[in-house]
Order: sequence, then structure tokens, then C-alpha cells
Amino acid sequence: MLMKPEQEEQIRRTVDNPKIQLAVYSATARLKEKREEAVASEALPEYQELRTQANRIKKHTLENLDVYLEEFEANVEAHGGKVIYARNGAEVADFILGLARERGVRMLVKSKSMTTEEIHLNQRLEHHHLEAVETDLGEYIIQLAHDRPYHIVAPAVHMTRQDVADVFEKNLADPRTEEPEKQAMIARRNLREKFLAAGIGISGANFLVADSGAVCIVENEGNARLTTTAPPIHIAVAGLEKMIPRARDLAVFLKLLGRSGTGQLLTVYTSFLSGPRRGREADGPGEFYVVLMDNGRTRLLADAEKRQSLYCIRCGACLNACPVYRKIGGHNYPGAYSGPIGAIITPQYEGIAKDPWLPFASSLCGACAEVCPVKIDIPKILLDLRKEVVEDRAVHGGGFVERKAFQMYGWLMRRPKLYAMAGRIAAKMARLPGAASIGPAAKWGSVREVTLPARKSFRDQWREREKSK
Amino acid sequence: MPARVSIFVTCIVDQVFPRVGMAMAEVLERAGYQVEFREDQTCCGQPAFNTGYREDARKVAGHFIRVFRDAEFIVVPSGSCASMITHHFFDLFPKGSSQYEETEYLAPRVIEFSRFLTEVAKVDDVGARFEGIVTYHDSCHALRELRIKEGPRRLLRKVRGLELREMSAAEECCGFGGTFSVKFPEVSGGMGRTKLDSILATGASTVVSIDSSCLMQLQGVFSRAGAPLKTMHLAEVLASR
Amino acid sequence: MTPREEIFDRVRKALGRKPGEKPAPVPEPRIRIPEIPPERRVALFAGRLEALGGKVYRAAGLAQVREIAAGILEGAAAVCSTDPLLEKAGIPGLTGVAGGFQDEPSLRAACALAPFGITGADYGLAETGTIVTRSASEARLISLLPPAHIAVLPLSRLLTGLDEFYTVLPKPADASSSTVFITGPSRSADIEMILVRGVHGPRVIHVIVVDEEHATNR
Repeated sequence: MLMKPEQEEQIRRTVDNPKIQLAVYSATARLKEKREEAVASEALPEYQELRTQANRIKKHTLENLDVYLEEFEANVEAHGGKVIYARNGAEVADFILGLARERGVRMLVKSKSMTTEEIHLNQRLEHHHLEAVETDLGEYIIQLAHDRPYHIVAPAVHMTRQDVADVFEKNLADPRTEEPEKQAMIARRNLREKFLAAGIGISGANFLVADSGAVCIVENEGNARLTTTAPPIHIAVAGLEKMIPRARDLAVFLKLLGRSGTGQLLTVYTSFLSGPRRGREADGPGEFYVVLMDNGRTRLLADAEKRQSLYCIRCGACLNACPVYRKIGGHNYPGAYSGPIGAIITPQYEGIAKDPWLPFASSLCGACAEVCPVKIDIPKILLDLRKEVVEDRAVHGGGFVERKAFQMYGWLMRRPKLYAMAGRIAAKMARLPGAASIGPAAKWGSVREVTLPARKSFRDQWREREKSK
Repeated sequence: MPARVSIFVTCIVDQVFPRVGMAMAEVLERAGYQVEFREDQTCCGQPAFNTGYREDARKVAGHFIRVFRDAEFIVVPSGSCASMITHHFFDLFPKGSSQYEETEYLAPRVIEFSRFLTEVAKVDDVGARFEGIVTYHDSCHALRELRIKEGPRRLLRKVRGLELREMSAAEECCGFGGTFSVKFPEVSGGMGRTKLDSILATGASTVVSIDSSCLMQLQGVFSRAGAPLKTMHLAEVLASR
Repeated sequence: MTPREEIFDRVRKALGRKPGEKPAPVPEPRIRIPEIPPERRVALFAGRLEALGGKVYRAAGLAQVREIAAGILEGAAAVCSTDPLLEKAGIPGLTGVAGGFQDEPSLRAACALAPFGITGADYGLAETGTIVTRSASEARLISLLPPAHIAVLPLSRLLTGLDEFYTVLPKPADASSSTVFITGPSRSADIEMILVRGVHGPRVIHVIVVDEEHATNR
């Protein structure tokens, strides 16, 4: 069994839940459509050229990553900031906890970051009584609901305004409202206090810019700007792979990111931050740290083919394009990353044995690769991971029946006469009572009608036709 | 113009949809080709390849190469199987191996049926007649790996009596995906039902594609839903008179 | 090994590289600056920003900037940045406008209460309807905390787009710890994909484009 029965059951429940299906299908359809308009050749004639360039720049950066890490570090320090290296999530948390303790910080604010989601940073901090408040509207709702983000760019896409009203009513003092506008204003008021009181602001980074020692953060709400401006300390947490060589490379990436994610030419705010506030500057944090995290990334780096998984700029376009994501939603994917990119990244970070079903949860339709702004060949990586799962199971057990079946297939398909004979027998057996209730036929028949093999195969018909000529 | 073409009917057409193979042969003959069927052919290896069984896939692919190595043109009634041969055989054999080199020689000769008609035979009108409203389903591998989009539509538009209507989700996967369809039946079936909604909205009575596996999936979903829709391979429509 | 050493070690092993080994030549990004005459730039900029819910005004000179700003404020309180252009335009002299904040606590307190924040703009990007503010010249909170933002953009600083920006300023971090592109009012669609403005940042943005010829001649 690739999948635990409870996981299977959970997926079935999602597919059968009309409320979730409608919410996710319509939201992804909308994002998909906006992306298509934004990258259409009339709107952006150089789109394909930009994709190729983005791919090349990412490839180059990762192939020379040690050089860019050094350059980045030197430039951050030249601007008065500090770079911290963390091998895993625990080391990220340890650094933040240590600094908070030293500075007497009890509460910090966070802007949206998939990287901190990946390492369950909030739980780690809260375990040590350091309050971490999510400030992106969607993330705030998710945090109050004790839920997990559903989508890389739209974390609360599975919730209705009524759900949000319930969550706010339970957690906040404000009067209940089901109007999104008013709900957003409730969040604004409550979070404004947090921004102004927080001792540390934690952000992610969309890009780490080596020649500037800068982090680049894109967002729409202004919460990332507040997180990185209001508290006296700013800590950016980022995976090593977020590196790009030069600020001007952003001319390529920024044109792709907003368009691919939400169809925006640029998101409302793009912050380019390097170091703490300088001499004559009126505001901004007095301390600036960048935590560079490995957490499995260097393992991916070692595989020249699968390394491209690290090119991802987290636009979410592959989720919106993926018919599987649109059916099973975000929560059925283990780990922080859902959709096609999650299906290739999670097994590589955590090892293929943990959730061996993930690379198989795809019809290999290729819609993900088609929309990927950095041209990650997701289907190819899925196929490679499938191969690894099969090889792993051959050694560590599991999948015996399937393995034998494919061995038989490989044997039979090289013996045309036997294959023809087996076909004739199968066509008869498939018509026996009860045949539809075994194995793959039963699985097939659980959701759609079975098409029986023809009584007379093509080769038999062809032979007759040739004889009668 | 080559007078002679070899057909690789694929295992699914051979065993489940022989009428598609017969129709394809008929259309090719009508277009002036002598059609050859090599009896030693079986499968392209895709089921094993897509499920992660590279070794077994390699054996089957090797068999395909042996059967077809000297054929001038190999016409295939499937975008998916054609793409397996022309794209993924290269993933199976190491660069520099004799089979890799043979694939390099073979791949340009392996041509999906609709593409063969429009690009090699250069015919759009095969003299077919079919009464009805039809919508075309882009099979994923034909669309995204082989870049086949307009050809089949052009052929359909030339069919007398046929009205072609586009569905909104033409490029969305039907949910088949090989072993995916039985590993994740609920998801696969759900994808098929989404597709069904989009097809129903066109008012078409027949769905046409160039891949029998997609059509098997869609027909199964239609029948289970009690939807009065028919599926037909492009070859069947083009063979109609 | 420290985490730093270990990570560098892992990276180099994964890539088969030695410490100090030179990188391969880096591919150049596509930078192409379109030719758009100033007046068309303004129209393009205004079209983009207005589509996002922003408002764009054209001022022939600084006196007019002051007039337009006064018209927007209608006597409401505002915090004004120390940008010399604003001072030349006499913005700090308008009723209710407070400026010249040097220390952060008082700046923060003022921004938290004021309905308007007034800043200059270091650059504008016509293709996207963006203004660029840099912390070297503009306090960050003024364009962030108040619910409405007024920015004054000299026409000569209105660039075509990102490509020109990175050509004019290839190293934005050299002179400023923060460079922010602002493209329309703050927004979110996190609840049922319904667009809401002013979630954390300003819900309204007014940009006054001023012809600098007049500005400097004044």
C-alpha cells in the first residue's frame, strides 16, 4: 500500500465535499485565468524569453551557490547586518529564541513565509512561550483557526466568510460580521497593535540578492513592510536556494512572479531590504539578521537533474493549473508545500519512504510544467521519484504484487505470440461473473464503468482482413 | 510521398478498441498509403515507465525498437504512446548506447496519426461525413509533449455534417493518467466528472480525441453518470462516410 | 564544524566545487528599455495606477502641487516627510500637516494617528503604475501607517519600468537600507477571493506628478 487507509479516506472526503470543491475550483480558476491574461503574448511578448532566462539564472546560481553565499554574507555584513546559518529548523528556532531572550522579547510578528511553515517555527517558538503572530490576513485566520495553509499564495482559500466569522467570533472581542471588508478591518485593527508592540519581526524572503546583501519580499497587504519596519529587530528566514546573483536579475523574476501568482504586473509592495536603518534614515529596524537554512536543500543540490526543484519561486501557478490539486486541495499533501511543487519537494526533503504515494498522485498531464515561470520539469522529476520509490520498495519491501505484475508485463510484451494468446484469454476472463470485482478492475469500476476488452483483438481482425483480400 | 506506412496500433487499441486501428488503416489507405501491420508489435512500455518500473519498461521499449527499426514511417493512433517513444525512450537508454542511437533514428519516423495526415500526407479533408455536434478533447501528452493542437481540429472541421464546438476545459486532463486511474480512483473519477461538466455545457453529443485511453476514461465516467454522450477516436470519425 | 562550515562543506560537496573556485560566467538578464516619451509615460502610469484604485494628478509646478495636496487633505491631519521637494512646495505649511520628524518615537506616534501620509517618490515606473520610495529620503512609516498616502513624483523621475530602474540604479542597497516599490493601495483577496483595500497599508494612494522644469525654476 502506497497510502494509509486514513489518508485515502481523507482524500475521498475532500473530493466528495461540494463546499470545498467549489471554493477551491473557483479560486484556482480565477487565478489561472488572471495568470493567462497576464502572460498572454499581447500582454507580455517576452514571456517565454523571460522564463528561459529565469531558468538559466537559477541554474547558474545553484551551480555556483557557495560563491554567492559568500558574496551575500559579505554584503549583508558590510551594511551592518548579520548572516546566520542553520542546518535545520531547530537551529533556526534556537537562534530566534536566543535573541529574543537576550533582548527580552515576548512577542514577535511574522509575515507570510513558507520556509517557516516548513519547519513549524511557530510551534517551536510557542513551546518556549514566545508568542508569534501571523500578520498576513489569510495566515492570521489560519493561525486563529489552528489550521494549516491550503495554498501557497492563498492560505485560507478553503474557508468561507462564515468560517472566518466563526473563527473571529471565537478568538476576538469584535462583533461578528460576515462581510470580508469588515473582517479585514478587524484584522487590521487587532494586528496594528501587535505590529507596534512586537520586539521582533520575522519575514521570509522571495529572493536573496548576492550583490546587494539584500532580501527581496513581495506582498500585497503591507504586513511584510510593517513586520520589517516597525519592530526594532528584523529577522529574515530563507532557504539557501532563494539566492540570485544581482539586483538587476529582479527585472526578470519580478516580471514573472506577480503575473504567475495572481496575474499582477507587480504585487502592491516589493521591498528590497539590506541591513538595519542607516545613519540619516528616520526609521526601520536597528538590527537586521538573515537566517540561511539548509534543511535538506543541499541533499537536493547534489542531484544534477532534480536540483531544478530548487528553482521554485513559490508563485503557486502549478497548484492552480493542477487538476489533482484542484480535486484533493492543499491539506491532503503532507508538509508545507502542496500541489505539484509539493509533490516533488516534500519527498526530496523528507525522503521518499515517508509518503511514497506523493509522486504517484499525478496524472502526468504536464499542466504544471507549462505554467512554471522558471521552467521546472515537474513531470520528469515525478517520474524519477516514482522510479526511486519502486527501487526503494524492491529493497525495503512493499509493492510485491505490482512489482511481479510489471515483471510479468516486461516478459510477456517481448513474446508477441504469448501476448496475443494471453489477450484472447483475458478477453474471455473479463466476461466471467465477478471479474469486475477484483484488483484494478474493481478500483476502476468504483467510480466509472469498465470497458471490456474486445472479443476479437485488432491483430486477429487484421489477419482475417488480410486473408480475405 | 511514401507509399507504405507501418502502423503501431498500441496495446490498448489492439486489445480494447480494435475498431480504432481498423479505422485508422482505412483512412490511411484512402489517403493513398499501403498499410503494413507488424504482428510482432505489442506495447511501447509506457505503463511500466510511468509507474516507475524502468527496467521492465526498457525491455518492452527494446522490443519495440527491434520490431520497427527498419520501418520508414510508423503511424500511431495515440499521442501518449507516440510521445513515450519519441520523448521518453531517451530517458530509458543511456546516451551513447546502441538503443539510444536507434531511438534517435527511429523517433523522427514515429508519428501520431493526425499529425501524419496534416503534416506528412498533407491532407485536411479525407472525404469523411459525420452528422453531429462534436467537441474535441486535447489529450495531455499530445498537447504538451507533441504540441498537437490545431491539426485534429482542422481535420474535424473538414468533415461534412460535423459541427465542432470548443469546450472551456479542452486542455484540462480527463483524469486517466495510466495507473493513476486505479491508484487514485476517486481523484481520477472526480477529474473525469469535471471534464464531463465542461463537455455537457457545449451541447455536443460526441467527444473526439486522438487517444483511446482518455476516451475509455471519459466513456466510463459518462456511462456511470448516465450522460447521453459518446466518445469516438478521431480515426473513427474520419473513417465515417 | 560550525553550521556555517558544515553548510558550505555540504554545498561544495554537492556541487563538486573547491573553496575559492571561480564561478562560471553569469548569464545576463534581459534588460530592454522601451522608448516612451514623457507625456505618454504619464498617461501609461496614470492608467495603470488608476486601474488599481490609485489616483493620479498632474501639476504644472510646485504651487499647483500644494493646491492639489490641500484639495485632497481638506484640512485633515497629515504627516509629511523631510523630502526637500515637499518643503519647496510648501506642504509642511498646510493646515494640519506635521513634518520634520527626526526621532522615531514621535514619527511613529504621529503616523499612527494621522489620516494622511505625504512623501516624495524617488522614482515612478510607468509600465506598472509603481512609485519607488527609498529610506534614505523617505521615512518608511509615512507611506505605510496612515490610511491614505499622497506621493509627489517629479516627472523627470518617471521611468519606463523595471528595466530602466535597474539600469539607473543597479545597486539599490548602496545608498539606502530599504527600497520599496509601491504599486497601488494595499489589498488582499484572502477571504473568498474578494478584493479588500487597505488591509494593513493605505487604502488610498494619490500620486501628484509634477513637471520638474517648473519645480526647479520656481
